[in-house]
Amino acid sequence: MATFNLTVNGKAHTVDVDPQMPLLWVLRDELGLVGTKFGCGIGACGACTIHLDGAAMRSCSLPVGQLRDEAITTIEGLSENGDHPVQLAWLEHDVPQCGYCQAGQMMSAAALLDGIPNPEDKDISAGMSGNICRCGTYTRIHAAVKTAAEKLS
Amino acid sequence: MSQPTPSRRSFLKVSAATGGGLLLGFSWLTSCESDKARKANPELVMPEEWVTVNAFLKIGDNGVVTIMSPNPEIGQNVKTAMPMIVAEELDVDWNNVVVEQAPLDTDKFERQLAGGSQSIRHGWEPLRKTGATARYLLIQAAAQQLHVDPSTLRTEKGIIYHDDSSRQLGYGEVASVAATLAPPEEVTLKAPADFKIVGVATKNVDAKQIVTGKPLYGMDLQREGMRYAAIVHPPAFGQKLKSVDDSAVKDMPGIQGVYTINAAPEGVEMQWSDVNAFPNLVAVVGDNTWTVLNAKKQLQIEWEQDSDPESTAGQRERLQELLLEGKAEEARRDGNPEQAFASAATVVDRIYSAPFLPHNTMEPMNFFADVRADRAELVGPIQTPEFLRKTVSGVLGLPEEKIKIMMTRMGGGFGRRLYGNFGVEAALISKAAGVPVKLVYSREDDMTQGTYRPEYLVRYRAALDADGKLIGFHVRGTGAGESPVFANRFPAGTVDNYLAENLTQSSNVSTGAWRAPRSNFIAGAEQSFLDEVAEAAGKDPIDFRLELFERAKTDPVGKDNDYDAARYAGVLELVRDKSDWKTGDDARGVAAYFCHNSYVAQVVEAEMVDGEPRVGEVHCAVDCGIVVNPEGAHNQVEGGIIDGVGHALFGAITFTDGVPDQRNFDSYRLIRHQEAPRAIHTHFADSEEAPTGLGEPSLPPVIGALANAIYRLTGERVYDQPFVQPRQLRG
Repeated sequence: MATFNLTVNGKAHTVDVDPQMPLLWVLRDELGLVGTKFGCGIGACGACTIHLDGAAMRSCSLPVGQLRDEAITTIEGLSENGDHPVQLAWLEHDVPQCGYCQAGQMMSAAALLDGIPNPEDKDISAGMSGNICRCGTYTRIHAAVKTAAEKLS
Repeated sequence: MSQPTPSRRSFLKVSAATGGGLLLGFSWLTSCESDKARKANPELVMPEEWVTVNAFLKIGDNGVVTIMSPNPEIGQNVKTAMPMIVAEELDVDWNNVVVEQAPLDTDKFERQLAGGSQSIRHGWEPLRKTGATARYLLIQAAAQQLHVDPSTLRTEKGIIYHDDSSRQLGYGEVASVAATLAPPEEVTLKAPADFKIVGVATKNVDAKQIVTGKPLYGMDLQREGMRYAAIVHPPAFGQKLKSVDDSAVKDMPGIQGVYTINAAPEGVEMQWSDVNAFPNLVAVVGDNTWTVLNAKKQLQIEWEQDSDPESTAGQRERLQELLLEGKAEEARRDGNPEQAFASAATVVDRIYSAPFLPHNTMEPMNFFADVRADRAELVGPIQTPEFLRKTVSGVLGLPEEKIKIMMTRMGGGFGRRLYGNFGVEAALISKAAGVPVKLVYSREDDMTQGTYRPEYLVRYRAALDADGKLIGFHVRGTGAGESPVFANRFPAGTVDNYLAENLTQSSNVSTGAWRAPRSNFIAGAEQSFLDEVAEAAGKDPIDFRLELFERAKTDPVGKDNDYDAARYAGVLELVRDKSDWKTGDDARGVAAYFCHNSYVAQVVEAEMVDGEPRVGEVHCAVDCGIVVNPEGAHNQVEGGIIDGVGHALFGAITFTDGVPDQRNFDSYRLIRHQEAPRAIHTHFADSEEAPTGLGEPSLPPVIGALANAIYRLTGERVYDQPFVQPRQLRG
């Protein structure tokens, strides 16, 4: 066990956990931020995607002991009032079915648009390829990313 | 105006005649926290007081209406669609509606189950009657207050108007009186032409919660004093627990204890939903999820062989031998099929196969249980809460009325959560550990301990005469634990000489319902085969099917054909017209299928990308009767198509000596964003028929349409799923 100081969604937290514990479980079990989802535990499905200094990362494969003082952003902190252009676009396209993967999808989409504000189809496909949706909402996700890009420009 | 008679299978016990208007003080209604309710309109101001009108309805003093959603929500969007039906007949403004998930309550609701795409079909009439009965009582109450005849009143968006005197009353003003009135014997329902909510594209009531990451799922549940649990099951089908050495684990920091549990003890009555290859398990309980998932790897467990291990290698040959040589059960016979094949000018004879499939819901199995000496509370993702309660009652030795079950929103179901072994396990672990626990499966636990879609094999034969007329048809199927054949489905009824036969092979790999059970395989096989038969007959595949439907419409063979040929042909014609279908198209395939009471036809365009088939544009025609929520309906149809394409291309779980070869998403291939169809155009048939469900029907036919499109594109037929074959299946 060791003590770690984390900045999550702009707020400082101190946790006392095993340094090997992935950030995913620190967020979910220790800080009660359960918007970040557990899907596979090996970084293969994208459900646990968060931002580390703005970059999309799989929190299930990120031991808390390896973090420095990066700013951590989760779906709960993507916007203050749930009105990030990606969130608005997701609502506009009524994307979710079961909804479980969508936090990870939106975190990937927000990071994608941060890097490529006007993505082409192939950019969206590449940027979203790490996020699995079993319900099959990919066509809606694709359209929502385009709408979010329009809202951002 | 129509007045349907009560349905024998209605899922609602509260009908107009039996207490729909009684004031019933359900403790769970009043205990529901308002912040958990899903406002259709986020700006809605919550009322100071609620009046409970019936099991489904609370009306606030300011006119805001709470509608309970009784059925489990697995992503099929019933939590939006079912309350829409109540709201329609109640005649309220959808923007003034709040939706709440009901817990399991068999006194108040029937058929609280998510399965078979049946929630909307069974709910339609009872939900309409619930809304209409409440509206009737509100009008009666208003008539008393205004001293007028009820027939002089009309309603609109939650307001009761007396036009003659220009007076009006809100529902909230008369609800407390309405709740004391006797319900009518019968109620009048709206004509579909008067619908204002049903048929209007309506957003998912949970969408805002989902996109902001609010706790909605079983996995998200946290309670004061709760511990976390993980299980270890045998590594191979055919094995069981022999002994466990927990010395390396029980004293680890953060670990409370290690327990062995038996989810199927002798003498306890099991339900159909208790499909479980591994009832004897080892459980680790501790402080957080990661600690228990990590600690369980350190357990020293001995397993012993219980039955012969099965392997995918060689299994195709074994199944095929059974299919060709085994003694079959005859499911249907028309005419003289043997003679038809003997006299045929052309015989087409093909075999199709598909492997076991895990469900792979994105939310792994999990459940919360708090078991005390005299009661138990369970919360989590379950498609069959009523059956879970029966089994939990049995294994705990507690009466059912002492067990509370609450369904959470589910991160996918697809049939996996019909089988609630994880809920039973959570209850047993809580009892053994003496604390409330949340049991969490790792992805590996989830994928290697399934109720898999069975592997299947089917042989089709068709006899054509010299004019290319279909004169004989033979289908003979087998699979692990069940045959995939539906004897009375198309083309039964369209051919004079017809034979359907079933064979089953036993397997120790646990199997169960998987999105559109049996149809998810047989539709693709049948529709691929008919494409080939049409080609052999020298006919366009749509014309060929339409000729068969014409026969079924005008002169059907047999009496038990379980489809409506006119509606079936209707979706095929609709997709033909909308897709601008051309005979001999060089990259598009067509298919049509009827299952789960809805009709679907699709035209799919195939492409090759990096040597693998992909889908370009899809046209899909659907006849599901009245479309309750077009937004959700489109989403379901699109999802079924993408899911079907993905599993047809990539889906397979294989076994070596009973051990699953795929354990996680690095070795199991689910369809990804860049592999999805480029565009899906869904066209719903205009209909005033009662609505049917959409969670499943769009999946089965797309596999056949894709197979036929691949043939048009490449000139090669595909017979074995997945179409992109993994190493283990290539032989």
